[in-house]
Amino acid sequence: MNIPSGSKQEFKVIGTRVARPDGVDKVTGRALYGADFTVPGCQVGLILRSPHPHAIINNIDASAALALPGVKAVVTSADWGVPGDEGLRDIQDNCLARGKVLYDGHAIAAVAAKDMATAKAALKLIRVDYTPLPHVTDVDAAMKPDAPVIQKGRADESVPQGSAPNITHYCEFGHGDLDAGFARADTVIERSFTTAATHQGYIEPHACLASYASDGKADLWCTTQGQFNVRELCAGIMGMQASQLRVTPSEIGGGFGGKTTVFIEPVALALARKCGRPVKIVMSRSEVFRATGPTVSSSMDVRIGMTQDGRITAGEARLRYQGGAFPCGTVDMGAQAAFAAYDLDAVRTQGWNTLTNRPKEAAYRAPGAPMAVYAVESVVDELCQALDLDPLEVRILNAAQAGTRSSYGPTFDQIGLMATLEAAKTHDHYHTPLAENQGRGLSCGFWFNFGGNTSVSLAINSDGTVGVTEGNPDIGGSRASISMMAAEELGIPYDRVRTVITDTNSLGHNDVTDGSRVTFAVGLATIKAARAAIQVMCARAARLWGIDEDAVIWEDGAAKPSGPNAGNFEPMTLAEIAAIASETGGPIAGHHESNAEGAGVSFGVHLADVEVDPETGATTVLRYTVFQDAGKAVHPDYVEGQMQGGAAQGIGWALNEEYIYGADGRLQNAGFLDYRIPVASDLPNIDTVILEIPNPGHPYGVRGVGETPIVPPLAALSNAVSRAVGVRLHELPMSPPKILKAIMAKE
Amino acid sequence: MQYIRPRTAAEVSHLLMTGDGGARIMAGGTDLLVQLRSGMIAPKAIVDIKGLDGIACITPEDGGWRIGAAVSGQRLGEHEHVRAIWPGVVEACELIGSTQVQGRCTMAGNLCNGSPAADSVPALIAAGAVARIEGPDGAHDCAVEDIPEGPGKTSLRKGEFLSSVFLPGRPAGAADAYLRFIPRTEMDIAVASAAVNIELARDGTIRLARIALGAVGPKVVLVQDAANAIIGSKLEDPALKALARACEAACNPIDDKRGTAEFRTTVAGVLARRAARIAMTRAKERAGENP
Repeated sequence: MNIPSGSKQEFKVIGTRVARPDGVDKVTGRALYGADFTVPGCQVGLILRSPHPHAIINNIDASAALALPGVKAVVTSADWGVPGDEGLRDIQDNCLARGKVLYDGHAIAAVAAKDMATAKAALKLIRVDYTPLPHVTDVDAAMKPDAPVIQKGRADESVPQGSAPNITHYCEFGHGDLDAGFARADTVIERSFTTAATHQGYIEPHACLASYASDGKADLWCTTQGQFNVRELCAGIMGMQASQLRVTPSEIGGGFGGKTTVFIEPVALALARKCGRPVKIVMSRSEVFRATGPTVSSSMDVRIGMTQDGRITAGEARLRYQGGAFPCGTVDMGAQAAFAAYDLDAVRTQGWNTLTNRPKEAAYRAPGAPMAVYAVESVVDELCQALDLDPLEVRILNAAQAGTRSSYGPTFDQIGLMATLEAAKTHDHYHTPLAENQGRGLSCGFWFNFGGNTSVSLAINSDGTVGVTEGNPDIGGSRASISMMAAEELGIPYDRVRTVITDTNSLGHNDVTDGSRVTFAVGLATIKAARAAIQVMCARAARLWGIDEDAVIWEDGAAKPSGPNAGNFEPMTLAEIAAIASETGGPIAGHHESNAEGAGVSFGVHLADVEVDPETGATTVLRYTVFQDAGKAVHPDYVEGQMQGGAAQGIGWALNEEYIYGADGRLQNAGFLDYRIPVASDLPNIDTVILEIPNPGHPYGVRGVGETPIVPPLAALSNAVSRAVGVRLHELPMSPPKILKAIMAKE
Repeated sequence: MQYIRPRTAAEVSHLLMTGDGGARIMAGGTDLLVQLRSGMIAPKAIVDIKGLDGIACITPEDGGWRIGAAVSGQRLGEHEHVRAIWPGVVEACELIGSTQVQGRCTMAGNLCNGSPAADSVPALIAAGAVARIEGPDGAHDCAVEDIPEGPGKTSLRKGEFLSSVFLPGRPAGAADAYLRFIPRTEMDIAVASAAVNIELARDGTIRLARIALGAVGPKVVLVQDAANAIIGSKLEDPALKALARACEAACNPIDDKRGTAEFRTTVAGVLARRAARIAMTRAKERAGENP
């Protein structure tokens, strides 16, 4: 069998806009989400949460709750051991507090009861004796030496001696001589910025159903971005062997990174084990806000030097992130991404993570990058204004390219930044005149992308159709793109392939759906699984024809003799080979397992036009265009959807979304009424321009596209608003009261 | 919990009297169900008033219109005649909730919920609307501005409920307008709001004015000084400035998650100014249509 090497250029299926496989299920209500699973005898699980931001738990008395008829079990952290692994221990302690509650909404105990009314009544009967402690929710306040200490001794080896006690992580990236760089600049601007914590805002709250048999075998159905990760974490917390726990993912109603860990799943398992009946837990929206992971909030300083003609001579950023009451390393990604769009001689970024009395942060779409890039791109824009330079020309002049030593270390391979900048420059959006009170903002954005552990199985059905089995929940159209890649490789129509997502017992380990990895890595594995199946089909044809396997090629969905010398046989199609498979050696399937490398980085450029009402500070987004390198857009509708969705979330982050804590340390806006994600009427149509600079690490050139588009909107909006109102803003969200205050201060 | 759907006002009143404080009135239910679900209230009985005669009707009366307590925002919005003379009241009512909520929500419920940020209340107060209250001693009428007493509180006494709101008739050359500020474009609660109702004299000056502000104090405020600022004017710049200043002076808001006191105060003045201009344009149009 011979398969052409290198990047494929001609496609039949890839790049078309085929019907999405989950569309009918989702619009008719047939799709089964986390809360849709049920089994006979199922009990309702509810979680008791702390009203205090920080307190010692002296005692939990559940006797009155247990005495209530219909209550089947109460669990606390005492029902689990204490894992040796720090990371697992933190996840467990976040699921049920051990010794101390660390934030408003921290889970303390859980009850299983026959129905919701009984479960609610039981929660009220659990008596918790607390000793409240001083709390801190602000990132800068938490980093002071005398701040309340949230957890003692959690600094990792990166943290310099003598650092404040809540600092758990420090990082530093960069190269070159900063002092010399700043000395060469004609203008140096240094500014400080803050961003609020924002939530992923997925529509579907966390939900799971656990069933635990008396022989120790358990099943868990849940909404998640990674069933294998759920199995590993739950088995670790419950002290089970992985083989005894089967996790089946539901259809997922959004995740954006927020469903890459566990919150309720081990609790449901503990309740199910204790009461001997299945237990279902469904979070309320308020619980989602109070106790799942928003992203970090930040406080940042950025200093950039520029020559009169727009060359950046040096860049420096100091990033302070808080990720809630447990250590996290999100600031690493911010510190690496901050200056990634620039080719710099001198650059340095430093990052600190601090603990606060807030929920443990979870990944949110390009975690850590949007805020850092916001700060850098704001200063670049202010420099452009100060030096009267075109902001797009300045980006082009300083753009990272193939061969650039990136600000975080590696040297870039083929990247699409220059192509996206050039596309923006020639687009009519950039040249449309603006009216009074309007402003145009521009920002670059970047995400690393990821490959990771992947296992895929591909079955050739006897009727000539194909089933692909993969292990990554579909959060952005991956079932379509994987079916398309299988169809492309096999040379059959798209509608002959169905891709399903399976449970943890049916495939080798698959990493979580994160890092924009699935279309790249699962797609790569699917292509290789298809090639494995093709190899078997070519061998079957060779045997029938009585020729050597190497003399058979696969073309247009059929096995053919490689040339006249190989013999004169009619091609055998996939369907023909499949139909007689049982007579030629049995079922035909291909599979592939690997830890995929070669995920190409992705750059984007966003243009935003806004109008600000000078009397109220209200911002209207008039026009928005996303330019992004997709490597190869497998299904352009989905790629555009990712670009639009990222922009929409970023616009919300920039304008109105924020976790608001009172002086009492309690979250004040645990609901969509006062946590303001944009509604449809808040957004313009978001235009998209897909660039395709092939990723050398993928046979079709695919790059991940899901995360990059949330990186530029923060700065694009801030730059647009700052230009519209004539005063520079340094704080997100730019809610109307803040903008109006800035306008009035200017006057 | 009991669900009861009486046929007469007397029955409703009786249930409220004997319900041990545990009975709650339901018209559209768009506030009640949210409060039930969130655990804010746990009533023993829900008394649905939609079974009462005429409760969902819009009826002409003395040149004005009587709006039953169960008339939904959607129905009111579809009523051309009410919209023609009270465009500000109708646009305010149509801002309550979402499209789905509009099918159920009522102005009477909006008023009795007692929120200072209720959208229809400033417009009703500016309009000089009159509420009809049924109670153990029969029916009586009451100015709408006398009903809210503070967040979640009304002047209704035990056994009383609101059965309709009366919007009076008015001459040509009169109109109203309502504006609110929300950080989004819909699905939100007013951070500040203003309703302006004016009547023009033959010379085009403002003869009568009523101005009410929402979300800038514990209850909606009727601002007499703001009305005085524009009465006798044609909304020239000095009058508009005086209007905004009078509105700002009448504000007594709080800082909260939805906005700062400073922001609410400034924006209330801006909205009043803008609403006055809209009301003026509408009044002139109506005067032109009906000379």
